[in-house]
Amino acid sequence: MNGTALTHAVIDGILTGAVYALMATGLTLIFGVMNIINIAQGIFVILGAYLSYALSVHLGIDLFVGLLITIPTLFIVGICVERAFIGRLKGPEKTAMSILVTYAISLIIEGTLNLVFGVNYVQLHSWYVSKSFKVFGIYLPYIYVFGFIMAVVLLGALYVMLYRTRFGASVRASLADHTAAALVGIDVRRVSTICFGIGVAVTAAGGMVYGATNAFNASTSYDLISRLLTIVVLGGLGSLGGALVAGIVMVTLEDVVSVAWSPVWSTMVFFVVLVVVLSVRPQGLFGKQSARVA
Amino acid sequence: MILKRKNWAWPVALLALVAFPLVFQNPAVTSIAVFTLIFMAAATSWNLFSGYSGYIALGDGVFFGTGAYAMALVSTHLNMQGGYAMFALVPLGGILAMLVAVPVGLICLRVRRHTFVVITIAIFFVFQLAAINFGFTGGTAGIQIPSPSWSASFYNLPFYYVGLALVIVSTLLSAGIRRSRFGLQLLAIRDDEDRALGLGTKVAAVKLTGFVISAFTIGMAGGLYAYFLGQIYPQFAFDPLFDISIALMAFLGGLGTLLGPLLGALILESLQQWLTLQFSSGSLYLVFYGVLFLAVILLMPQGIVTFFGDVWTKRNRGVEEKKLGGVTVEEVVGTRRA
Repeated sequence: MNGTALTHAVIDGILTGAVYALMATGLTLIFGVMNIINIAQGIFVILGAYLSYALSVHLGIDLFVGLLITIPTLFIVGICVERAFIGRLKGPEKTAMSILVTYAISLIIEGTLNLVFGVNYVQLHSWYVSKSFKVFGIYLPYIYVFGFIMAVVLLGALYVMLYRTRFGASVRASLADHTAAALVGIDVRRVSTICFGIGVAVTAAGGMVYGATNAFNASTSYDLISRLLTIVVLGGLGSLGGALVAGIVMVTLEDVVSVAWSPVWSTMVFFVVLVVVLSVRPQGLFGKQSARVA
Repeated sequence: MILKRKNWAWPVALLALVAFPLVFQNPAVTSIAVFTLIFMAAATSWNLFSGYSGYIALGDGVFFGTGAYAMALVSTHLNMQGGYAMFALVPLGGILAMLVAVPVGLICLRVRRHTFVVITIAIFFVFQLAAINFGFTGGTAGIQIPSPSWSASFYNLPFYYVGLALVIVSTLLSAGIRRSRFGLQLLAIRDDEDRALGLGTKVAAVKLTGFVISAFTIGMAGGLYAYFLGQIYPQFAFDPLFDISIALMAFLGGLGTLLGPLLGALILESLQQWLTLQFSSGSLYLVFYGVLFLAVILLMPQGIVTFFGDVWTKRNRGVEEKKLGGVTVEEVVGTRRA
């Protein structure tokens, strides 16, 4: 193990971690507002990646420019899914049912993607995916930096929306207490639908960077969703800041373990850390104690 | 209540299951039947913890995989010959799965519902990755299990009856728990854990016991599954689809009911096996399965048993009330509102 490799791993981890944090924020936002665990988040990421792939291969649209199309598209997909299926769930087993419903949705999208794009692994290409520059004695592809900047910008936009707008205030109110929010006149139903849309829309951006840095096919979504869930639970379900911190920390840790020890064990460390942290802090790093109440 | 009225239905169903392979002798059919029985046992066992306590576990593939690897590793290390003796390893798989369930349960059950779901998934992946990475499991190359030298037409029969025995064991366990004080405690945890704790239920001990018991039959099902397939790989023994399938089966049939998981597994697993044979394209099958799955959850969210149970009660109530004077409750309420 040498210093350069370690620096590389840390920088790599922070840059990709921000992208994971973005995708995880969508997941935790959906959970916080709606009490829904969206298992389909993984396949939405892949859907976003495939949309970017189709736009760049068939229409020659640049990956980042293509986001102007893919983000709104996934926002609409999210709204439709929420209106058609998720919003119908009620009762005490709502959260458990949501896992099954979103899993079914994920199966349908997985099958459709396989039919349309085939099962071979693909990867997004552009000049900034293949070109790299030298910093601190290591070579870094531009996409890592561009993806990081994009994730930071989008997370910033999300922050401004949540903490500086009237709509954001109603989202936070719904996060804190559904009934109370409804009582002061917030249309919780509408807030839920839009939040689901936003939660899904961020996967378009995350998916594009994921697809440019990894070879993927539809079944990659299983790996993605297990990571995203780990990040979200580690940060504390429903905690936006927690998802951000956990995303960056976990991906960095994984990269460091992969360099310092072996790539074989790095994925396992990911899950072992979760188990250890939850044994000490059952509500996650930044979770509210009230989340313990079933 | 539907079950009490029709107590004769259980022996009849059992007889039908015993007679099934004698009537349908096509190996393709009996092979589907063996898989179906394995899943019926597993789903019932899953339900006796997750269904009764409301703690939805999505990592029971850990126990299934433990059973499968117990079968594979012990039989190959002892150089066993394929045959009836190998079935003795099935209960061993169950016991090992219970041993694994103790530490897993101690970790998972520290957290409440939503987090519990996710931490079971995480632990599942820890086990899957361990099976892939550790040397003694044979890694991704898998392990070849000795297979019996029975004739093709007879081959499925012993597996079928052992599978049926597992279904009976898990159903009796589930029914026994449902009627016991312990079962009531699990149900109390489902309804209101804090109040159950306040009333003196040792919730931690009850949850852990339920979790460990449910691992037993799932482990045995895993052992039988491995023996029937003849070889195992980490991805098949520790299969995320297994986790979600058994939960879905219980939901489809009726979460927390005795008959529900049996019915759900019977319908889903046989359908799944049949669909795999029908659709040569795995992708089309995924879409079809997903659509069906979605339709069932949205149309019958409380499961088949509860759904038809309600229909049955309503019809009977209608009959009784007609005898009493031809006025149903709905009519009375309707008149009052008007």
